[in-house]
Amino acid sequence: MERQLILNAKHFELTLNRLCYQLIESHNDFSETVLIGLQPRGINVLTRLKERLESILGHSIVCGNLDITFYRDDFRRRETPLIPSATNIDFVIENKRVVLIDDVLYTGRSIRSGLDALLAFGRPEQVELLALIDRRFKRHLPIQPDYVGKTVDTLISERVSVEWKEIEGEDKVILYTPEANG
Amino acid sequence: MDSLSADHLIGIKDLSSKDIELIFKTADAFKEVINRPIKKVPSLRDITIANLFFENSTRTRLSFELAEKRLSADIVNFSAASSSVKKGETLVDTVNNILSMKVDMVVMRHPNPGAAKFLSERVDARIVNAGDGTHEHPTQALLDSYSIRERLGSIEGKKVVIVGDILHSRVALSNIYALQKQGAEVMVCGPTTLIPKYIDKLGVKVEHNLRKALEWCDVANMLRIQLERQDIKYFPSLREYSMQFGLTKEILDSLDKKIVVMHPGPINRGVEITSDVADSDQAIILQQVENGVAVRMAVIYLLASKIKR
Repeated sequence: MERQLILNAKHFELTLNRLCYQLIESHNDFSETVLIGLQPRGINVLTRLKERLESILGHSIVCGNLDITFYRDDFRRRETPLIPSATNIDFVIENKRVVLIDDVLYTGRSIRSGLDALLAFGRPEQVELLALIDRRFKRHLPIQPDYVGKTVDTLISERVSVEWKEIEGEDKVILYTPEANG
Repeated sequence: MDSLSADHLIGIKDLSSKDIELIFKTADAFKEVINRPIKKVPSLRDITIANLFFENSTRTRLSFELAEKRLSADIVNFSAASSSVKKGETLVDTVNNILSMKVDMVVMRHPNPGAAKFLSERVDARIVNAGDGTHEHPTQALLDSYSIRERLGSIEGKKVVIVGDILHSRVALSNIYALQKQGAEVMVCGPTTLIPKYIDKLGVKVEHNLRKALEWCDVANMLRIQLERQDIKYFPSLREYSMQFGLTKEILDSLDKKIVVMHPGPINRGVEITSDVADSDQAIILQQVENGVAVRMAVIYLLASKIKR
């Protein structure tokens, strides 16, 4: 497996900062906006953004975690069951502007499930999508992000991994490429 | 992540402690779902489930139906009273007829012990045992454990006493297996005639004095006297039973700790438990019912994920 560093700790930091200011640009003081992270790894992005946004704005913003397991389209198509994570949305999203947040956008299928799952909490005025990494080729569905940390061009056989200081010890994004066989 | 080790839910005896943990973890997520404004997820929209009740049931049947509907499964209901069973059809024939209408899963309650296992060996569908005679009632035991875990944080090391008609109770047997697999100590308490011989071989303590049992335990699970299964008199009168084994506020308040009181329902108020105990904040009877839906959703979801397309 070949490893290629896409974002190092410094660029990671810059990217998150830029995303914060982009969000502020279109959502002002976030009074009508809620941020929702997709379980499991979108939560890491959300936690960082929330921390930064709150320190920039000087007040708290409404955030939640959404688990999409029961809305996925590959139930009964896998060997093992899909095990859920926690959903944590103790507010109604009726007429709110929602920003869905995930770490890697690839086929778009998780986002499709996320949009479905969201409907259980009300009818939002608008839903936007923020992805830290956009693997822009091989989308399976007509879904595009509104805010992107970094766009990468990848092959199906490759894998993008977002690592976090809190979990893996360092903030970075790595592209794994399998060795070519001869 | 692992999947369930069993293809059917026949009894707790067949489950591992990892299976139970997996069911509870999944039930946690469903508990959140059933407290949402829209209490429904689309996971099982291409699954059809038949609920076969050869014996009366209110709570269990409603609970299973709700669980299935909240998973978006299609359901068909069947009760023995209004069926061809009365015309002499065998169980396997009845079920195979239903399955030829393309049913994926069968939830069955039956008066004969072993009926669920019998069926699982003969028909091509996932079977969930909703109570088979005096044998097992696995989903009840799961929701009981889940409720204890919710109230006390964990099951391991807890002391649970099951009081009442142990002889005729499928809830008792399933609970004994479930609690022991999770590391709890179990005691049964009741009149000598209603405690099965050799039950101590299962590793449970036996006590005939309610006060002593309550002083020992953290949780008391009060069972109903199953008069419909009792063909002979096992005790002189209900009044006498209730004086010796009925849980009253006086006994509860005289203990030096606050124990958790459970009841699988239906309650006979004034017999095994008085009204003021059943309605007190030590009783988690209604939480058990709420958790029943979440736990059954988890069981059905996990078994359905093993049905290949």
